[in-house]
Amino acid sequence: MALDKNQIAQRIAKEVQNGYYVNLGIGIPTLVANYVRDDIEVEFQSENGVLGMGPFPYDGEEDADIINAGKQTITTLPGASFFDSATSFSMIRGKHVDLTILGAMEVAENGDIANWKIPGKMVKGMGGAMDLVASAENIIVAMMHTNRAGASKLLKKCSLPLTGVGCVKKIVSNLAVLEVTPDGFKLLERAPGVTVEEIQAATEGTLLVEGDIPEMQF
Amino acid sequence: MITKKVAGVDAALEGVTSGMTMMLGGFGLSGIPENAIAKLVELNVDNLTCISNNAGVDDFGLGLLLQKKQVKKMISSYVGENAEFERQMLSGELDVELIPQGTLAERCRAAQAGFPAIYTPAGYGTEVAEGKETREFDGKMYVLEHAFKADFAFVKAWKGDAAGNLIFKGTARNFNPNMCGAATITVAEVEELVPVGELDPNQIHIPGIFVQRIFKGERYEKRIEQRTVRTRD
Repeated sequence: MALDKNQIAQRIAKEVQNGYYVNLGIGIPTLVANYVRDDIEVEFQSENGVLGMGPFPYDGEEDADIINAGKQTITTLPGASFFDSATSFSMIRGKHVDLTILGAMEVAENGDIANWKIPGKMVKGMGGAMDLVASAENIIVAMMHTNRAGASKLLKKCSLPLTGVGCVKKIVSNLAVLEVTPDGFKLLERAPGVTVEEIQAATEGTLLVEGDIPEMQF
Repeated sequence: MITKKVAGVDAALEGVTSGMTMMLGGFGLSGIPENAIAKLVELNVDNLTCISNNAGVDDFGLGLLLQKKQVKKMISSYVGENAEFERQMLSGELDVELIPQGTLAERCRAAQAGFPAIYTPAGYGTEVAEGKETREFDGKMYVLEHAFKADFAFVKAWKGDAAGNLIFKGTARNFNPNMCGAATITVAEVEELVPVGELDPNQIHIPGIFVQRIFKGERYEKRIEQRTVRTRD
């Protein structure tokens, strides 16, 4: 069975380690916060200017002045701080943020990522994604392995305008966990019940399969 | 003390004309200069170049200026919440320069701080870097990005005083402090204009030297874009 969005988030949460400052992108990455172990110390950064993000507020306690990068109302945890946009990107560009988790429309086998523009169709902008991917040393991409038409989104070369070059290190899709290596996508784990053949069929880029590939553990 | 206080929004926007370049603070609809935007709509100035992270929504924020076709060019990082914006952009009526969010912040800050340009790794190898000077430092490639030049910066703070000192609240801070002093004239609107001496000098986020005019905003709607809540167990 391929994973749903929450299960992708749950698997990614296992990559979050004690002492990490983490930036979560919009969409599936936002869900990761729900699954991080509560016996480790982690702080979530949102690029609009908050470190130490907490859960959504209770109904009636929302504050227009306290939102995340997805413009959702949020709360803060003890030890939180607010700051301006230049300071926020100093944290990102200056490599003070340990882990960046973001979504993608396409990833290429050399680690290129495209997630901000479909020419002539969808033009929303890159937001902070270009800053994040250009500087973060530890980037995990949360994505669906194929698009709605069934075409692979893990490619030899991105077809859409790039967000960053050679930057993605790891991918958690609905089918697999993969590492980006100089030789291509290295298959690390399979979603429960998904075969290596199914993953191969859904991957246009070079897929490296070495030995037995274990199923994901949650 | 040098006083920056002006009577209200009319005096604060004196000198604004068509064709000017303006910076506007805010992230989404949080921390936007609501009163200055309303006045720009009323003044009906057009051919504006607006530097702002987002473009508002269809019927609020910068969306109000777009509706009346007062904007010639937008410089933003993310414009996804505005259908009229997308229509004007795809039809070619509106000139749009999309730039990385950190680059936007730093081009404001560079203008504030007196740097003509900065090098950033953001956008290297993408269409954002096309036609721009690039340079290698310690084995990594960077793109040269120039400081913005703007006629007015409109920012919104929580509290301020007649000296122009500002304190921001929550994530409504965002680009506002970076835009102060980054334009020829910085206009700050505040929710509370307190008597001079009341703000603790230790707690000032932006010193008054970066602000030319300050006024108390008449009203703030503070619209929430994505009201997201949890229920009590």
